[in-house]
Amino acid sequence: MKYMLIMRDTQEAFEASQKVDFEEIINAMGAYNESLAKAGVLAGVEGLAPASEGFVVDFASEPPIVTDGPYGETHELFNGFWILEVSSKEEAIEWASRAPLGPGSKLEVRRIPTAEEAFADYADNEYVKKSRPSDAS
Amino acid sequence: MSDLQRTIEAVWRIESARIVASLAKMTGDLGQAEDLAQEALVDALNQWPEASVPHNAAAWLTAVAKRKAIDGWRRKERLDQRYRAIAHALAESTQDDWQPIDDDVVRLVFTACHPVLSREVQVTLTLRVVAGLTTQEIARLLLLPVTTVQQRIVRAKKTLSAAQVPFETPEPNEWGARLSAVLGVVYLLFTEGYAATSGERWIRTELANEALRLGRVLAGLLPHEPEVHGLVALMELQASRFAARVAADGTPILLTNQNRAEWDHMQIQRGRAALQRADRLGRGRGNYVLQAAIAECHTIAPSVEETDWEQIVLLYETLGRLAPNPVVELNRAVAVSMASGPAAALTIVDQLSTQGELHSSHLLPSVRGELLAQLGRLDEARSELMRAASMAGNAREGEVLRAKAAAL
Repeated sequence: MKYMLIMRDTQEAFEASQKVDFEEIINAMGAYNESLAKAGVLAGVEGLAPASEGFVVDFASEPPIVTDGPYGETHELFNGFWILEVSSKEEAIEWASRAPLGPGSKLEVRRIPTAEEAFADYADNEYVKKSRPSDAS
Repeated sequence: MSDLQRTIEAVWRIESARIVASLAKMTGDLGQAEDLAQEALVDALNQWPEASVPHNAAAWLTAVAKRKAIDGWRRKERLDQRYRAIAHALAESTQDDWQPIDDDVVRLVFTACHPVLSREVQVTLTLRVVAGLTTQEIARLLLLPVTTVQQRIVRAKKTLSAAQVPFETPEPNEWGARLSAVLGVVYLLFTEGYAATSGERWIRTELANEALRLGRVLAGLLPHEPEVHGLVALMELQASRFAARVAADGTPILLTNQNRAEWDHMQIQRGRAALQRADRLGRGRGNYVLQAAIAECHTIAPSVEETDWEQIVLLYETLGRLAPNPVVELNRAVAVSMASGPAAALTIVDQLSTQGELHSSHLLPSVRGELLAQLGRLDEARSELMRAASMAGNAREGEVLRAKAAAL
């Protein structure tokens, strides 16, 4: 089963991390990612550019409003993610707990269901049917 | 199962290969190492509930297992000079000294797939000691009774011990053959999972995922072996089509009719990256790398018509030269029919028929029937397809062939 580890850092943690030698962070993250890869569980990993250079598209009005900068007032910025292919929720917990993160950082961990599972109750939906062709002619 | 038990199992899943490997390095006996590790695991279940899971659980388990080994030696009064020295050194060492070594895990992989063991035993032992699965999990994945799995593991340990198989990596002169045995075990697990039949589909996908995980572990352990990356690439690329390959009612969907939007594109990226890693090593393309390259051709094509069939023909030719095989030859014929038309392909298929190696397979008449139909030789095509239908082992496949014949 697949899990997504969503990294959320407070602005304080982000600023603190910028005071640390960046090479230390690279080494710690590199070692962690390598341990995931060597265990055969790493299905994807990306870090994101600073939220300040991102933008938000808000659908409150028509047309939607585009605002430069981070999402809302949030104190916990979304800074990167891992996708792990593991055999249990407990294994996901174990791996997540080993991430080289400190105070001010949190990992939100979410399971990624298979398409089959996610749309099990909507098998008759036109788009679900289209994505699962049943005629093998 | 309690939360603690599940947590311990998760830790075990992550750490067991390295724990068992380092114990086997010490005792020189994989079977004994696995027994010791299992005993330590039982201790953990009994002792951890109050103290909760220790920070470095793997080091704890290894230390406990090592103490058990020393106690065992003492009980057996085998405290000759050699054992005394080892026992002393171990008694001195603390948990913090434990530093698992990848080389030990490499030894573990090669020992679990040692040629004194039969292929089915290699498969079972690999799932047990390398993948860290319980007997129950292995039984479920391989669709076997638990007792059979237990017997296989006991037999494996006895055989290794009786043959005095050293806990070592193979000598350079046997490296190639031993590595291909290891890769063969992993690919066998994958194909068992990949050849899904409807009822067991869910479990079988798990088995294929397990094989992929093992393959990625191997790629981490043996990064300089192109065939390891080739195997990972092949499995990733084939698995990327899992979801699109079977209809909701279990009917297999041929490549031609698959919805390519449904392929797992992240997995495709991983597969292609693994193939590039293999090629970057610059040591030529072996069996798995070539098969992965063929899978890549299919995967990156927007449709069957827009597939680079010439390239696929070339790859099959290379594959056939490397290890002549009638199934590869038949696949080459199919690729030739797509690249240059049915007449050229029929020549290859007819040659295969005279060689007779595939005489019991329905694949040969089924391909031949298709080609004849394309050439407008409908009577011959019909009879070939009907012959194929009567030979097909799978009822559903037989139906499809009969329907094709009837439609001509």
